[in-house]
Amino acid sequence: MSTVLEVEKVSKAFGGVVANREVSLSVPEGAIIGLIGPNGSGKTTLFNSIVGYHPIDAGSIRFRGEELSRLRTPQIARRGLLRTFQQTRIFGKMNCIENMQISVPHADDSLGTMFSRFDESVTGRAEQLLKFVGLYPKRYLRAGDLSFGQQKLLEFAMALMNKPKLLLLDEPTAGINPTLINGLIDRLKRANAEFGITLFVIEHNMRVIMNLAEHIYCLAHGELLAEGDPDQVQNDQRVIGAYLGAG
Amino acid sequence: MNGAGKTAWYLLLAVAALTLPTVPFLQPYLTQFAFLWVMILLALTWDIMGGQMGYNSFGNIVYFGVGMYTTAVVQRDLFFSVEEYAEVAGGVDAALNPLEFISSLALGMGLGAVLSVLIAAILGSGILGLRGHYFAICTLGLGIAAGEIASGMDYIGAGSGLVTSLLPDAFGERGRFFYYLFLVLAVITFLVLRRVYDSRFGLAINAIRDDEDKAEALGLHTTRYKTTAWCISAFFLALTGGAFGNMVIFIDPTDVAFAGPTFGVWMVLMAILGGKGTLWGPVIGATIFHVMQEVFWTFLFGWQRVALGLLIVIVVVFFPEGVVGWLRERWPHRFGEVVDEDARRLQVSLDSEP
Repeated sequence: MSTVLEVEKVSKAFGGVVANREVSLSVPEGAIIGLIGPNGSGKTTLFNSIVGYHPIDAGSIRFRGEELSRLRTPQIARRGLLRTFQQTRIFGKMNCIENMQISVPHADDSLGTMFSRFDESVTGRAEQLLKFVGLYPKRYLRAGDLSFGQQKLLEFAMALMNKPKLLLLDEPTAGINPTLINGLIDRLKRANAEFGITLFVIEHNMRVIMNLAEHIYCLAHGELLAEGDPDQVQNDQRVIGAYLGAG
Repeated sequence: MNGAGKTAWYLLLAVAALTLPTVPFLQPYLTQFAFLWVMILLALTWDIMGGQMGYNSFGNIVYFGVGMYTTAVVQRDLFFSVEEYAEVAGGVDAALNPLEFISSLALGMGLGAVLSVLIAAILGSGILGLRGHYFAICTLGLGIAAGEIASGMDYIGAGSGLVTSLLPDAFGERGRFFYYLFLVLAVITFLVLRRVYDSRFGLAINAIRDDEDKAEALGLHTTRYKTTAWCISAFFLALTGGAFGNMVIFIDPTDVAFAGPTFGVWMVLMAILGGKGTLWGPVIGATIFHVMQEVFWTFLFGWQRVALGLLIVIVVVFFPEGVVGWLRERWPHRFGEVVDEDARRLQVSLDSEP
């Protein structure tokens, strides 16, 4: 398996607070990789660094062999590296179909396509993906009127609409009720298997991440603490210590 | 509304708009009705930025003024030297024949529009990176600066203003001529905007309004969309300004051309009043605003500004989403916001799956 994302000794500080210190990790193509760590351990900061939301202080981030650290967020997104947000972000005053339509890949946009309408195939795919996450009956409702859990599902469907090669998910199950979580895990696995999307997932719910990921990285205090398959990480004393506050 | 009902409604409006100038008792008010179309144009063009894209621009008045001055200067310089024009007291004695008038008007409006689009592209690439209040305040400065610059330029009459070409008698009554001119301009603008909002562009600027960070994270060319939106706004606003200068005959740099405290603020108010971010909102808002303003001016003279202010307060407090926005909140299903019950019954619930 080739490596799709290579993070090498990335550091990022906000003033005196070091959020990431020389973090290195890699995501192989087609895998589902987990990222865990206590609150404030720098997981979201690392995601933000990867997608170009802010510049990094040191290190290198390569996506399919290309250096990302000097590119801006939209440029990175157009290369097929997408993220969803911890605080769910959808376009609240647009309906679900419109949310999906505008999420198409934008790599081939030009001045000529700017005023074109979306063709049937785009709308068809949007409806299919809305069915995939169970929002099809509500497709004409404004996204802002959906419940929080539904908005999360919509954001996930929007990400799939964008046909990314690598999708970074920031706590996909936070705020979703336990029965829906099972459905979501199933959807994530199917997105990975059927659409061939590599997933890199931040998750606090241990049951979810152990069930989902084949390889897990653990951050604490901005540094990489441990890595391994779910069993190894679960039984790692340093990880247990970090979560219980002993570390 | 179904398709046939919609068509009937559009036809009715078209007939009403076209026959209005022939109604005998409305004859004295034709200039007022021409003014109404101008107000609708101001609101429509502002709404591209403020409503559909969420960028509250207080600087759009710049393009109105640029269009106005460009048209007036083209009409003057094609046929006169500056000194000669000033000597004969401007348009009063410097009459143009009908062909000269109409061709120079078209050329002037066209040039003004091109110039405004250029200015919008340049300004936009600089300040459309600012968001929220910062953008609003920055554009507020633009309008004021433009007025000050125009007041200092002798070439365009400086502070004492510029008299524009008079409408030749061959075109009939002034009010009627400008009524139809602005009617055509407003209809074209409306139809273009309707088509534009229905495209990828419309969704993109709506997405920028709702969450620009998310739009960027999805890979949208946000800067390109934002700049284009401002250029479209500038284009139609400059055309409006160009013709408006001819209608009012006299251009004052700060009271007519770059009239931030009046037109510049009204265009914002009208769009909000009718419902910003909707196609019909600015049209409805401009109509209500213009009618109310004239009514207050006629019946509450001396208190007209107070009454207008009160109206604005009432709207903002009770109808913050404007008329169309309020209707949409009350009857969302009429705006297509419905749950597909058939699909819901057929759907296999997410919860029931393993």
